[in-house]
Amino acid sequence: MIELKHVSKVFETAGGRVEALKDISLTIPDGDVYGIIGMSGAGKSTLVRCINMLERPTSGEVIVNGNRLDTMSPAQLRAARRDITMIFQRFNLLMQRNCLDNVCFPMELAGVSRREAASRAQELLETVGLPDKAKAYPAQLSGGQQQRVAIARALATNPKVLLCDEATSALDPKTTRQILELIGDINRKLGITVVIITHQMSVVKSVCNHVAILDDGEVVEDGLVSTVFSAPKSAAARHLVFPGGADVTVSDPAQERRIRLIFRSAKTTSIPLVARLATEENIAANVISASTQKLSEEIYGSMLLGVPAAQFDRAWEFLNGIENLQVEEASVGVQ
Amino acid sequence: MYSNLFSPESIEELTAALQTQFLPAIWETFYVTLLSTAFAIVIGLPLGVLLVAGERDGVLPLPRWLMRVLNVLINLLRSIPFLILMIMVFPLSRLIIGTTVGTKATIVPLVVAAFPFVARLVESSLRELDPNIIEAAQSMGATPMQIICKVMIPESVPSLLQNFTIALTTILGYSAMSGIIGGGGLGKIAIDYGYYRYKYLVMYAAVILLILLVQLFQSVGTKLAAKCDKRLKNR
Repeated sequence: MIELKHVSKVFETAGGRVEALKDISLTIPDGDVYGIIGMSGAGKSTLVRCINMLERPTSGEVIVNGNRLDTMSPAQLRAARRDITMIFQRFNLLMQRNCLDNVCFPMELAGVSRREAASRAQELLETVGLPDKAKAYPAQLSGGQQQRVAIARALATNPKVLLCDEATSALDPKTTRQILELIGDINRKLGITVVIITHQMSVVKSVCNHVAILDDGEVVEDGLVSTVFSAPKSAAARHLVFPGGADVTVSDPAQERRIRLIFRSAKTTSIPLVARLATEENIAANVISASTQKLSEEIYGSMLLGVPAAQFDRAWEFLNGIENLQVEEASVGVQ
Repeated sequence: MYSNLFSPESIEELTAALQTQFLPAIWETFYVTLLSTAFAIVIGLPLGVLLVAGERDGVLPLPRWLMRVLNVLINLLRSIPFLILMIMVFPLSRLIIGTTVGTKATIVPLVVAAFPFVARLVESSLRELDPNIIEAAQSMGATPMQIICKVMIPESVPSLLQNFTIALTTILGYSAMSGIIGGGGLGKIAIDYGYYRYKYLVMYAAVILLILLVQLFQSVGTKLAAKCDKRLKNR
């Protein structure tokens, strides 16, 4: 289990104090795939680096598997880092070593014999689907292949936690999907806790169970991916889930009030709501935006309706009478 | 002064010099240069590593005063003209070699002149390294020494080889100057014949050989650096 308690990080720069993380508390259960999502500059990379102490928090506690990392000596910390490995956006392989030697590297640091390391490295290269690339150098591989080697390297010391810092951001969509599948496989087969830092919604949706949304150094929302993404509460979360912002400006708030509908099951998604509003209640609702998405094997839909202000109460009552439908009024300016 | 450059006497002198003096001179220049470069690397490489690793946010932060002393010392040695440095290190040459004249004795001033230069070259090579690779090694629990020996230096080998070649050719140039203080080699021939005896043809022959040696060192160094760089694809 990874616990962050009141973690703050302040950078003293030439331009003044920068609060990168503000009093962050998170608990990541064992074996979970936990996403931390936010816009660039939100503090994601700093946060993930606090988990393995590449960045020391200014205050707060970091506890991984019951051990407090922020009070460890450098030697204790080096030993602890064998259990908390990391992959990176730019892969960060040693360019002058071949793939096998790259995977051997963490074992070499830990004092594992060369023969033992080489045979385990070969196995790991097979695990990540690159059994024939042992003698190839990173420069000869594609980005996706390099990330696979980096994953094999990260698994070499049998870690309990795998930290992924924008691990798919430099890859194309297809390769991203393959790498995420591999990470998901590793999580299921080896039970490794995975923490994924990303700015891409699709990454969180496809592999994560839990998600925390980071905005300007603060966790503004966290919980199950399906809960957070189906009914985002914070402005930052709404911005991620309903990107674009067009739906706020297309209707005139003076005459219309807006209702956000969130559908929770396939049954609800198939009810012709707008048509029923029109035929049964005689309300001409204006569909401002609508979308459906698949989260954890379930279909979720969301719709933003503009309803004439005079008919708002009736529409509200009608919609609230429908099962599995979450109804809320969307105020102007907040998506 | 060049009117009798190709006179029969000049050509005769050149033939004589070629037969008796050039071969040992080439050998002297060759081994003085290689030995001096090797010693300069032995001293300069660790210093260059310290210049990078010892910084405040380096992998092995050193006290600020120590870094300042190191930097001042290197700059100081680099600012003394080699001709004067050769004379200044006479006591050191006497201490180490037992004499201040002769080919071997010139190795001492050459090393003293070259190691600060090598330290700066090593520094610039190591600074080219992507800091993210060092961060990755830290994330795997590497000690500062492991990062230096297994990441910083091996990852910089192609660039280091390039820079060592520059050092080698520079030291070759310096070694020619040591003819002034009694060092041997091609430089001595050029100075003896050209400066003291106005035998320009022999001087030119010595200079041409020096040029060829520089070309040789440079092309071998460049090839070697390219050959061991695994970042280049398709090899």
